[in-house]
Order: sequence, then structure tokens, then C-alpha cells
Amino acid sequence: MSGTLDSTRVTPGRPAASGLARTTRTRGILVALSVIPLVLGIIASLAIGSGDIPLSEVWRALTQGGTDTTALLINDYRVPRTILAVLVGIALGLAGAIMQALTRNPLAEPGLLGVNSGAFLAVVISIAITGNADIRNFVWWSFLGAAVAAAIVYLVGSRGRGGATPVRLVLTGVALTAVLNGVAYAFTLTNADIFDRIRYWQSGSLQSRTDDIVAGVLPFIVVGILVALALPRALNAVALGDDVAIALGARVASTRVLSIVAVTLLCGAATAAAGPIGFLGLMAPYVARAIVGPDQRWILPLMLTIPPTIMLFADVLGRVIVSSEMPVGVVTAFIGAPLLIVLMRRRRVADL
Amino acid sequence: MTALLPRRSRVLRVGRATLRWDARAALVTIVVAVAVLLVGALALTLGTYPISLDQIVASFTGDPDADGVRRIVLEWRLPRIVLTVIAGMALALSGAVFQSITRNPLGSPDIIGFNTGAYTGALITILVLGANYVGTAVGALVGGLVTAAIIYVFAWRGGVQGQRLIVIGIAVTAVLQAVNTWLILSSKVELAFGAASWTAGSFNEVRWPSVLPVAIALAVIIPLLAVFSRNLHVLELGDDAARALGVRAEGTRLIFVVLGVCLTAIVTAAVGPISFVALAAPQIARWLAGSAGVSLVPSAAVGGLLVLGSDVIAQRVIAPGQLPVGLVTLSLGGVYLLGLLALQARKRLT
Amino acid sequence: MTSPLIASGVTVGYDDRTIIEGLTLEVPRDSFTVIIGPNACGKSTLLRSLARLLPASDGAVILDGREIAEYRSKEVARRLGLLPQTSIAPDGITVVDLVSRGRFPHQGLLRQWSAADEAAIVAAMTETSVLELAQRSFDELSGGQRQRVWVAMALAQETPLLLLDEPTTYLDINHQLELLDLFAALRAAGGRTLVAVLHDLNQAARYASHLVVMKAGRIVAEGAPADILTAELVDDVFGVACRIIDDPESHTPLVVPKMRTHQR
Repeated sequence: MSGTLDSTRVTPGRPAASGLARTTRTRGILVALSVIPLVLGIIASLAIGSGDIPLSEVWRALTQGGTDTTALLINDYRVPRTILAVLVGIALGLAGAIMQALTRNPLAEPGLLGVNSGAFLAVVISIAITGNADIRNFVWWSFLGAAVAAAIVYLVGSRGRGGATPVRLVLTGVALTAVLNGVAYAFTLTNADIFDRIRYWQSGSLQSRTDDIVAGVLPFIVVGILVALALPRALNAVALGDDVAIALGARVASTRVLSIVAVTLLCGAATAAAGPIGFLGLMAPYVARAIVGPDQRWILPLMLTIPPTIMLFADVLGRVIVSSEMPVGVVTAFIGAPLLIVLMRRRRVADL
Repeated sequence: MTALLPRRSRVLRVGRATLRWDARAALVTIVVAVAVLLVGALALTLGTYPISLDQIVASFTGDPDADGVRRIVLEWRLPRIVLTVIAGMALALSGAVFQSITRNPLGSPDIIGFNTGAYTGALITILVLGANYVGTAVGALVGGLVTAAIIYVFAWRGGVQGQRLIVIGIAVTAVLQAVNTWLILSSKVELAFGAASWTAGSFNEVRWPSVLPVAIALAVIIPLLAVFSRNLHVLELGDDAARALGVRAEGTRLIFVVLGVCLTAIVTAAVGPISFVALAAPQIARWLAGSAGVSLVPSAAVGGLLVLGSDVIAQRVIAPGQLPVGLVTLSLGGVYLLGLLALQARKRLT
Repeated sequence: MTSPLIASGVTVGYDDRTIIEGLTLEVPRDSFTVIIGPNACGKSTLLRSLARLLPASDGAVILDGREIAEYRSKEVARRLGLLPQTSIAPDGITVVDLVSRGRFPHQGLLRQWSAADEAAIVAAMTETSVLELAQRSFDELSGGQRQRVWVAMALAQETPLLLLDEPTTYLDINHQLELLDLFAALRAAGGRTLVAVLHDLNQAARYASHLVVMKAGRIVAEGAPADILTAELVDDVFGVACRIIDDPESHTPLVVPKMRTHQR
């Protein structure tokens, strides 16, 4: 007499349906809809700023070019800035989602855990030492810094046997960030010129970012995106715990390596372009999870639309809210930190 | 049957009063205190005008020509040394208290962020109100206390859990750091540079008036810590066990948060933020004294030594220039942290 | 003889959820009272409110004739001891150091170590058989040993009332029985009332002098195990069809679940 197992069946790679979207179709629709705010953000970023430009003019400048002030403003400044906002947003959002999945920790993100600070420190050191401020050179240093910091985080952080609890991981990350930021800061204090140059960059800024910067980081971010988008199923399995993941046939070690490679590329490039920007990697996956649930196959693609939207709006906000600009990194902190507070107040701490 | 006592405990009986302490911790404290005296004596001889120890001694035993030496020692060097030691003690005690409350060796006020609030307060007074030394100190103190209150309120949800306090502290710190950045960016470069330099903490130009506030704070707070320290140790057992033993968990935590914040805010107000002493000193003291959990007295001693030593390094390493002492403690703290991480990584891999 | 510990019409909950409402329980003096029930029935909530860890939004807990809220914290701690479900041991602490922290309610700023303290600690550690582990580091001990050390700490408190929140979870059967025998011996020595939350029905039946069965936040049955433990009760509360026989060793009720259709 053979019995049947109880009703709950475990489908590998498919977490229980949760979030707003209950069916695949709803999820698909929501993902498609998420492009709309992104487009709106792009338009706002092109039109709004130190001088508001009517949309017809924006269109003319984009399509016809020209050498008048408006066209130059649009094409030489706002377009690269907008593109960069999108790229950096995608990069940090993807990195955050990957880190949260890998460390099974909803508080993990590249800003909080020191990855961006490591990248930035490496850049500052390279500029201070070599005097070379060309992004095509220091971007490699940025990767080095990001990789070292990511390795430290991974070594100390993964949950499970001997691993850190979410809070302990965050504490370690914050301590590490404090040290890295402090040392970077010390370098800037040695030289008033460097100090002035870097003080805008230090908090994450998209100001005065031109085509060459975009060109400098674009290839790396694209590769990072491709690597990241190959990972969703593996990350779903790893999220269930190492033992379960192996039992499900996931290649845990290679997933980890690829994840760290992706995070390094994405964070290194983003920080080299815009300086360390925090909380984006925390906010975007949180929002995505609320919409589609904890399935990486939906979360990672949403990182192509949600975080760049947030970035664009944060950047635009920084342009308009005060008379001189507020760096986008400051704005994301103003938005993201309260979100963190809300997160901590809503859940029982043990549930993290 | 005193053989049962924890191996290193000693008991002192005076009439019907009994006091208990740990022999090894007491030994460590004494040794570190002696080290403080030695390094302090060394520090007396260092400076723009090198003075030898016998010159110092001579200046106090009545040699009229040594007036200049005596003035330098009494008015310039001694206050600086005293302040470094008591600031170190205060920071270490603050760190010990917070690490005990949060039950986490990383739960230190400079990470959770009470320092950042002090910096915000100071920045506002420097950049917006254009204040002087006293004004800045007051601003820092107020900033630190207000920040602590905000963090505590946000973390309160029927009580304050250590974990929640930590993360909310981190979040509030992030907002304040953004505010600080914003304040610095929106002001002129020269002003910003000066304000930003304050952030590294420095004992330059310290005279006796600067020593007074910190000394008073310690004089008031240390007895309070002594009275409540047993409650703190019971709290380490977990809220349930602590309540079972008759300790009011929330009340005790609140008292110690207030004491800890006051200690760190006053030091920050006096000399600017000095990081990582609150983090490292209690753990180093723990390691030396081999104690369970955090112990207050050895932490204070180690803290005093750390800051004094760091200040000596800050004065000498690029002499005749002076580094901000906060930079030295940051570097030492970085080394400490890496060591800690390496240890944790090793535990994970074995 | 009046009950030393009474929950009188208490309503207790967390956040917005009410777990128990208007519940009354009088713990018989010198008994070994055991509270059992399915998961989430409120037994731990009840115990924690008895131990004043959870405030009652309605009703009161009466300790030795007075409302528990009227006592000073330390005074309660001298009358009522609790072994919580989870406690934290500071890194690197020795066994005797940990047990000695149980003497806190009897100590003061100037009374940090007395002969009475020592005697209590020795007695507690002897009763729990951890005396020879005195100078060992707590971190090195096994799960069973650690639990016994926590019990020793609670015993060192020397309280006439002892509350135990799931003291046998995570222990292997040998240690579970060891601990339960210890509690029975403590009760037999006289002068102590014990209240424990247990999971195992049969252990509860064997050791309890007074059994309290809870379901969905209410007490559904109360009394000596032999009097109240019936197959209907078990089915109603736990959803398990069973047969009650006489335990050949202890002559208390023994619950034997009936075979289910899925089993071979």
C-alpha cells in the first residue's frame, strides 16, 4: 500500500508565488509596464535641469544636432548624463539583487557592505599616485578595489553554518566602509586640489559626466549585465541554502564565482563613473520583491527598469530641489535610509 | 570553599560588605596604567622644543631658569596628555557599553552612528552659524544627543532590540552623512576644507579649559557606570534571563544608552570625531584580560593608552607636521578590523 | 493553602494579536504543573505572562497574594525563577561564572559575594551534576550539559517558584529524562512549586502532578493526568486518534497513537 506524500510539492527553482503578481501573466505585464516610468524618467532627465528646456527643443536637439547652446546642453551634457544614470542604476540594482541572493540577506547591498567604497578608494589612490585622471585607466583600479571588498564580504558574510547573521554582516560592511572611506578621505586631505575635485564625486554624482566617461564604462557594464542575467535560476537554488542547492543540482561554486565577477564588474564600473552611490542596491530589489516575489528570474530583469528609474528621478530631484545641485548619491541616501528604517520596523528582527 | 570561585576572582571583605573582582583584569588594568604613565612621560619630552626628563624634573624642584620649561609642560603638554588619556577612557567606556547592550563586538557608537550626529551639529554651527570653539562643541554635543534620541525613538517598538538599534542607527547615520556631505558641498571650498578637517579629530592646541568638560563628564558618569555595571552584565544573558533575574531590561538599556552617548558626544564635541577607539579598545581589553563579555575598567585603561599612543604617533610620524589623531586611530582601527575579519573568515573556512 | 501563582482573567498578546483572553489558572502549591498543547496554543505565552515577561492587557498575575506588578523587580526575582527558552552566554564565560550570575537578586552593590551565595551555587551545581564542569568554558560544553548549566543558574536563584519554558527541547532522550527526574526530585524535596511547558504528552503525563491542557488560547482541561487524560481529549486538542493505557513503569496514563492508513 503506497501512500502519497502530503500535498505541498516542491518545484525546483520556483519559489512560492508571492508579491502582488500571482500569475506569470500578471508578472509579465507588470514588468512590461515598468518600462513606462523609465521612459518618463529619461524624458525628465533630458528636459529638466539648470534651464528647463521645452520638449520640442529636446527633440530637435536629439534628432537634428546643431551647435547652439540648447543642442550642446542636451547632446553633450544631458544625454551622456542620462545614459550614465541608466547604466549606473542598472549596474547597482543588479549588483544589489545578486548580493542579497548570494548572502541570503535582505540587507546586503554594495554601498552598505563596502564594495563601492573599496572601488572608490582604489580610484582615489590611483589618481593620487599616478596623477592620471583618465577613466580608462582608473576603471581597472576600481575593479580591483571592488573585487577585494566583495571577496571580504563574501568570506565573512554568507549565512549558514558559521556565517554571519544579517545584522552582523551589515555591521562588518559598515565598519569596512568606514575604514575605506576614511582612508580615501585621508588621501584627499593631502592635497587641496584633489580634495576639491573629489568632494563632489565622493558622495556619488552624475554631474559633468561626459561621453568619454560613458564610453569608458559601457562595455564593462554590458558584460556585467550579461553575466548577471545568466544567473537567475542558479541564484534561486542557492537562496534555499547550500545543501538544498546542491541537492537540486545547482553548481554552487561556479554560481558564486560568476556572481562575484558580475558584482565586481558592475560596481567597479558604476563607482568609477559616478563615485560610490549607496542604497540603490537595497531599494530596487526590495521594490521588485514587493511586486513579483522572491523569484530571481523576475527580479533580475526588473533591475533593468526599476533602479535606473529611481536613479533618474533622484538625479532630477537633485537638480531642482536646491539652487546648486545635490549629488545623486545624497538623494539616494535620503530616500533609501528611511526605507531601511521602515524595513527594520516592519519585520520581527528574527525574520530577517 | 573558595576553591569554587571562578578561578581568577578575588573577594574583599570589609565588615559585612563584600566586593568581588577579577584578578587578571585588575592586573591588566594596572599594567596598562603603568604603560600610560610611561608613554605620558615620553610625550612630555616631545614637541617642537624637545625637553629632556631631567629638565622637567628640575623645573619643578625650584630652578628659576626653568620657568619656560615649566610653562611649556604645564600649559601645553600636560593638558594635551591628560585629555588624550581621559578622552580615550571615555570613548572606550562608551564602546564597551554599546557592545554589551547590542551583544555584538561591532556594535560600537562610531559605527552605529552617534558620532555622525555630533559632526552634523558641529557642521551646522561652523558653516551656518559661524561659531567658534565653544559654539562648535555645544553644537556637537547637542547634535550627538538629538541623533541618539532619534535613533532610539525609531528603534522603539515595544522595547528596543539590539539588532534593530544597530541597523536603524546605520540608516540614520547614512541620512546624516548625506546631510553632512550636502552642508560641505554647498559651502565655499576653504570653509569646507576647514570643516572637513575637523572630522579627523585633533588634539592640537589643547589647553586646560578643553580638558575640563571631559573631565567633569567622566567624573559624573563613571560612578553611575560603576553602580549599574552589574545590571549590564546580567543584561548580557538575554532579555528574558535578565528579567527573570530582576533586571528591568528596557530601563537598564536606556540608562546605558544615555551614558554611552554622553561620553562619546562630549569627546567628539571637545576634539572632533576619533574613530575606532570605541570599537577596538573593549575587544583588545577583553582579549588581554581573558574575560567573558565586555569589562569596563580594563576597556577604559586600554582606551586611554590607545588614544595617548595614537596622539604621540600623530605628532611624530611626519614631524614637524602633525597628523590629525583621528587619522591614526582610523588606520589602526582598519588594521584591527582586518584582523577581526580574517579571524572570522578563518572560523568560517575551518 | 493558597496558590503561590495565579493568572486571573489575563489577556495577553503581541503587537495586534491576542493570544490568550480572560484566562484563569491557579498553580497548586508544591506541584509539578505541566502545560501542554499543540503549537501556537498559547502555552509559552501563558508561561511568559506568569513570569511577567509579557504584560497582561487585562486581568492580573497574582504572586504570593499580591499583584505581580506591585513588586519590585528584584523582589519578584527572589520569589520566582524562570528558565527561558533561549538565553545567551557571553563569549568565553566559565560555567561557575555563569551560574553565579543567578545570585543577582540576592546581591547588592556592596554585597557581591557571600557565603550564602557560594552555598547556593554549590547546591545548584551539585543537583544538576555540573559541579565537575565548574571551571570549564561554557562554549565547550555539549547541548545537554549546557541546558543543565542554565538549570543550575535558575536553581542558584533559590526561588520557591520555578518556571521552565520548554526545558527539554533539543536534548536527546537520555538528557530529557535526566532533567525531568531532576525536576521531580526538586519537587519531592519539598518547598518548591514547578511549572513547565513541555512538548511530549507522555513525559507530561508521567511527571506532572497537575496537568494543564491548552488549545487555541484557552485551557480545555486541568487536573491530575490520570483524571483528565482521555482519548477524546487528545483527539480534540491534538487531532490524534489514540488509545490510553496504563504505563507499566509509572502507572500514569500512556498515550498510544492509533495506526494511520498511510503506515505499513
